[in-house]
Amino acid sequence: MTTTPTPPVSAPTNPLFRLGLWWDGVIDRYNALPRLYKVVLVLAFALFVYALPLVRPPLIATDRIDFGGVMFACAAYALIALGLNIVIGYAGLLDLGYIGFYAVGAYTTGVLTSYHWAWPFFLALPVAVAVTMLTGVILGAPTLRVRGDYLAIVTLGFGEIIRICVKNIEWLGASAGIKDINHPNTIGPAPKPPFDPGGLFAIPRLEWNGITPSLDHEHATHFLVFGARDAIPYYWLLLTALIVVLLGDRLVKASRVGRAWEATREDEDAAELMGVPTFKYKLMAFALGAAIGGLSGAFYASSQSGYISPDSFPLATSFLFVAAVIVGGSGNRWGAMVGGVLVAYLPERFRDFADYRLLVFGLALTVLAITRPEGLLPPRRTRRAKMMEAEIEQLEEGPVDA
Amino acid sequence: MDLGALFGNFNNFLDFTVGGLVIGAIYALVALGYTMVYGVLQLINFAHSEVFMYGTFAVAWTFVLLHGTGDASWSLGRAVPILLVALVAAMLMSAAIALLVERFAYRPLINKNAPKLIALISAIGASFALAEAMGLRDRFAKWFGLDDNLANYVAPNKARDVYSNPVSIQPHGLFHIGGYSVTDVDLVVVVAALVMMFALDIFVRRTKFGRGIRAVAQDPEAAALMGVNSTRVVQVTFLVGGLMAGAAATLYMMKIGSTRQNAGFLLGVKAFTAAVMGGIGNLRGALLGGLLLGVMENWGSAVFGSEWKDVVAFVLLVLILLVRPSGLLGEALGKARA
Repeated sequence: MTTTPTPPVSAPTNPLFRLGLWWDGVIDRYNALPRLYKVVLVLAFALFVYALPLVRPPLIATDRIDFGGVMFACAAYALIALGLNIVIGYAGLLDLGYIGFYAVGAYTTGVLTSYHWAWPFFLALPVAVAVTMLTGVILGAPTLRVRGDYLAIVTLGFGEIIRICVKNIEWLGASAGIKDINHPNTIGPAPKPPFDPGGLFAIPRLEWNGITPSLDHEHATHFLVFGARDAIPYYWLLLTALIVVLLGDRLVKASRVGRAWEATREDEDAAELMGVPTFKYKLMAFALGAAIGGLSGAFYASSQSGYISPDSFPLATSFLFVAAVIVGGSGNRWGAMVGGVLVAYLPERFRDFADYRLLVFGLALTVLAITRPEGLLPPRRTRRAKMMEAEIEQLEEGPVDA
Repeated sequence: MDLGALFGNFNNFLDFTVGGLVIGAIYALVALGYTMVYGVLQLINFAHSEVFMYGTFAVAWTFVLLHGTGDASWSLGRAVPILLVALVAAMLMSAAIALLVERFAYRPLINKNAPKLIALISAIGASFALAEAMGLRDRFAKWFGLDDNLANYVAPNKARDVYSNPVSIQPHGLFHIGGYSVTDVDLVVVVAALVMMFALDIFVRRTKFGRGIRAVAQDPEAAALMGVNSTRVVQVTFLVGGLMAGAAATLYMMKIGSTRQNAGFLLGVKAFTAAVMGGIGNLRGALLGGLLLGVMENWGSAVFGSEWKDVVAFVLLVLILLVRPSGLLGEALGKARA
C-alpha cells in the first residue's frame, strides 16, 4: 500500500475509500435530515425501485430480453444475498451450498401447490420457509461444530446432495421437474384469455425513443395479475418481501443477537469466554439465512414460468451467491444487495457478448476482487479499521517518499 | 439398497474396490494441489479444477498431434511412447495454468494482505474464466484466422461437447485375484500415482525448497525473517500442485479417455473433499483421503445405485469430520518431520 507523503494523515486515496467515504457521506446526510424528509426520501426511493421495470430507463433496460424478468431476477438475487449476508457477513460462516436452501424452498412450494397437493401459494409460502429453516437446523447442528474452512466443503456437499436427491427421487418429480406451480392469487378480475387481460386497472410502460419517452399501452401491466404474460407483478411482490426482510434484518443486526454474531465472527474463543453461547448463535444465523433462502426459492418456484427442475439449481450458481455477497461488501446489507443485483444483472445486460458473457463475468469477478478486496461497499467498521491501520503504519514508519 | 450387489459376489466386490482405487488415485493427485496451497496460504484454490482440466486437454491434443484424429484402439504398450510425451505436455500445461492463477488471481491479494474470503472469490472468477475460455477456444482461433489450421484441436462449433482422445487404450488383464483380473491400465494408474506421491513427499521433506514450504506453512513471518522468499515458495507450491494435476490428467485420460471444458468441476470438488477428509495440508492425508473416497463411493454406488455415488461421498465426509474434526490424519504441512 502506498502511503501519502503529507502528514497529518489524510484519508487514503484508494478509490475504495473514496467510494466508501461517499457512501458514509450519503448515510450521514440522510441521518441528519429531519424525520419527515427521511420518510419522504425513503418513500420516493422505494417508489422509484417499484416503478423501475415500467420506467425502463434507457441504457439500464435490457432490450434483448424482458426487462421485468431481469428485474425479478435482480430482486431474487438481492434477497438471496441479504440472507447469505447473515451467514457470511454477520456470523462469518462460509456457506458454499446456499443454493441447497433455495432449492428446498422452491421444491417445498412445488410439491405443496402442484405436484402432490394444490395449496394456494400464500399458504405454501410459510410452510416452505419453515421447512427450509428446519433443514438449516438439521444441517447446521452437526456441522457447525466443525472448523470454519471445513464448513465450506460440507455445505458445498449439501448443495450437491440436495440437487442429486431431487433429481433421483420420483416423489419430487425426478429429472423432469415440477410444472404448473401455483402462482400467487390474482387481485381483481381473473384474466380470460385470449382477450380480457383481467386485473383492476392497467399501467402502461414507457417506451424510449432516444431520450424522449412515450407511453406504450400495448405492453401494459395489469394490476395485479399473476400470470404467465408479465413478470412485473412478481417483481413487485418479491420486492415487498425484500423490504420486509430488510426491515427484519435491521432489527436483528442491532439487537443482542447481532452483537453476539459480531463477537463470534471476530474471535470465537473470546466470545465464548465472555459468555456468548457461540454455537447457539451460529446455528441461529444459519437457520435464519436458510429461511431467507427458502423464501426466495418459494418465490422463484411460483414465478412467471411456474416450473422448476434439478437443472435450475446447479452448484456453480451457489458460487455466484457467495460472490454477490463478498463482491458487494460482506457484512453490509446494502453492499450485499448491490452485489446480488450486479451478479444477476450484468450477464443479462451484456447479452450482446452472447457466448462470451460468462468469460467476461469470470474475469470481472477476478479483477473486482483484486482491485477492491473489501468489496464494493464494505461495512463502515471495516473501512475505519483499515484507515486506522494505515495511520498507525505511517506513524511507525514515518513519511515515505514516493 | 442392495448389499448383495456388493458383497454377494467376491469378484464384483474386487471389481468395485479396484475401480475405486484407480479413480481414488486420481483424486489423490489432484487433492495434492488443494492441500499444498491450503497448507501454505490457508486458502482454498478453487481454480485448481481448471488446472486439471487443461491438463486433460493437453493429453488429448498430444495424441491428435502425434497420431492424428483417426479413432484407434491400442494396447497400453503401443501407446506408451505417446503417453510419455503427453505426460510431459500435460504437466507443463497444468503447471503453466497454475502459475498463471497464482500470478494474477492470488499474488495481488497476498501482497495486499487481503481478507481470505476475497481470495476465494478471485479464484472462483479465475475458474469461471478458464473454463469458459476452453469452451470458447474455437472462437479465439477464429479471431486469429487459425480455425482451419487448428480445426482438430479447437473442434469448431462443438468446443463445448465432449472431446475424446482419438486413441482409446484397451486394458489387458495381467493377473487374477480370485476370478477378477487386474488390468495393466489400473495397475499403471495406481502405481504411477503412488510414485508421484512418494516423490513429492521426499521433495517436501528432504529438499531445500521443501523446507521453505514447510517453514512458510508453519509461520510465514518467522520464515520471512529467516530469509525464506515467501513469494517464491508460494510459486513453487502452485507449480508442484500443477505438475501433480498434470500427471493426474494423464492418468485420467488413460482410464476415461475423454474430457470437456467443465470436466474439472466435479472432480475438483471430489478431490477437495478427499483433501479435507485426510486432513487438509497433510500430503499423506491427501493420499489416504483420495483412495478412501474413491473406494467408498464405488462401494456406495454398488449398494445404493450409481446415481447416489456423490451423495455417499459427501455423507462420508460429514461423518468423518464429525468423528475427527481435522480429518483422518490431522492437518499439518508445517509439522511434517524433516
